[in-house]
Amino acid sequence: MTDRRRSKFRYDFLHDPSAVFGAAILAFFLLAALFAPLVAPHDPYDLTRVNMSDALKPPVWRAGGTSAFLLGADDRGRDILSTILFGCRTSLTVALGVVLLSGGFGVSLGLLAGYYGGKLDAVVMRLADTLFSFSTTLIAFLMLGLFKQRGVLMVIVAIAVVDWVRYARTMRGSVLEVKQEVYITAAKATGCSDARILLKHLLPNALAPIFVVAAVDMAVVIMIEATLSFLGVGVPLTEPSLGMMIAIGKNYVYAGMWWMVLFPGGAMVLLVIGINLFADWLREELNPKISRRR
Amino acid sequence: MTTYILRRVIQGLLVMLGVTFICFVIFRFTGDPAIIIAGQDATPAQVEEVRQAYGLDKPFYVQYLLWLSHAVRFEFGRSFISKVPALNLILERLPATVELALTAVFLALSLGICLGVAVSIRPRSLLSRLIMMGSLAGISTPTFLIGTILIMVFAVEFGVLPPFGRGDTVLIGNYWATNFLTLSGLAHLILPVLTLVGYQLAVLLRLTRAGMREVLGEEYIKTAWAKGLSPQRVVFKHALRNVLIPVVTMSGLMLGEILVFSIVTETIYQWPGMGNLLLTSIYEYDQPVIVTYIMLASIIILSINVGVDILYAFLNPKIRYD
Repeated sequence: MTDRRRSKFRYDFLHDPSAVFGAAILAFFLLAALFAPLVAPHDPYDLTRVNMSDALKPPVWRAGGTSAFLLGADDRGRDILSTILFGCRTSLTVALGVVLLSGGFGVSLGLLAGYYGGKLDAVVMRLADTLFSFSTTLIAFLMLGLFKQRGVLMVIVAIAVVDWVRYARTMRGSVLEVKQEVYITAAKATGCSDARILLKHLLPNALAPIFVVAAVDMAVVIMIEATLSFLGVGVPLTEPSLGMMIAIGKNYVYAGMWWMVLFPGGAMVLLVIGINLFADWLREELNPKISRRR
Repeated sequence: MTTYILRRVIQGLLVMLGVTFICFVIFRFTGDPAIIIAGQDATPAQVEEVRQAYGLDKPFYVQYLLWLSHAVRFEFGRSFISKVPALNLILERLPATVELALTAVFLALSLGICLGVAVSIRPRSLLSRLIMMGSLAGISTPTFLIGTILIMVFAVEFGVLPPFGRGDTVLIGNYWATNFLTLSGLAHLILPVLTLVGYQLAVLLRLTRAGMREVLGEEYIKTAWAKGLSPQRVVFKHALRNVLIPVVTMSGLMLGEILVFSIVTETIYQWPGMGNLLLTSIYEYDQPVIVTYIMLASIIILSINVGVDILYAFLNPKIRYD
């Protein structure tokens, strides 16, 4: 990126209120997740501290609430506010894990398929289409449901099995465009090795659209993880998860305890909206076909 | 063209073969298949009989071929829990899922395209901004949360809509139980359909809007305006047509998503469909039902995919037939 483009990028970002708002939400949640052990009032998964007699305490402003449990407690006496903070930690860990794993794999495959074309391209892209038509959530759900092993790492791998396709498709398309550029022909003419062309010339110039995919993907993965945990095949019961909190809260909806669903649900929706706002801005910023309003 | 169709069909069959192999591995290596087929309360002698009859003492590849010969006839044994053939169990639940999913897809597609066009024509009006904010909330709220909130509002708080089951159904032709012919059936359909529609509607709306925004800036649209065509002609005939192909392709590919989100929706509303059955079977280790579901879902997804590809080749003359 040249200095001029960098400063235009910064200018556009700072002058788009929804982009700044989205980025601020994301930053807030990243900090909250990172420092959860420091800022959370309780450690909801320290079994020596959790007390069943606190179970189903309402939020502090309702009759029977205490300031020890600002947003109330769940069915086992865990503080809801603290569980949300630790749950966001799980959500963001899974999201970053999937983005790195499937991003790395997808970008490499897309790069090779786009550059070499031919048989490799045909096989990789056909595989990608087929996997994608089964949907990331369906495959992850079936894998986790059949293999009874639970854990954050298992969830990351199960989601990445299909998720890499997003990156591979975008990267391949981008490489096909960049491949036509004069500087690639020049690099070939001066006798650069394939490895050098791929890594030094194609990769950096074709990478821009991948950032949009990665941003959207983070939002999608957070929702997939929550869905899997809601269905009971995601992270194990001993790990905090927003999806599981909502699954527990759903049992108490008829008792009128709306806070058990709306607080974790609201936190997740806010986080996902933040990411989506930022992703929307990034997509328009990087798309030359749409003229900016200014 | 014929070679193109033939190739896509053959590719589809190859993928199906891959799915059968994966199902075989699941069936063979999670639990003893002889016990699975004979039923869990069979005597050891019966189990041994089944083991020989099904060739489970033979080498791996012979077993796979044998399994495949049963698979093409959809024989995957009986459910552990209810002791009836797994296929019958799933087919019994099929109408409930199909009615729910098709209603949702129809609504998402028609509303999504209409709203997407409306928003792209007047991007700065207040209503458009409200719709876009709604769609942002839509793509940011997972299906299970929409469902739980709808129950909280309409079933618990106001008590106006039923939160579980299918209500009264009418049997058509001795097999297909439908929701559409009774008032109670329709009332029970509303919340599950709204749940399933939410996310898909938001996705299709945003896809249509993004496509329209790109197309409306193209030279040929400027030409159409310049030669004095009516706004309806420019928007619907010149612009929307070029946006529709990717939108329709996308909605064909959304089928896998619909299947998994119907698992979520059916679980929340205790809707007696295939998805609800699958989740229960997964909790209860009911392999025959799981494997049958995977095979059936794969057949549906793959045939729709091949169908969409062929349709696409007809619609878009630029596609390569080689």
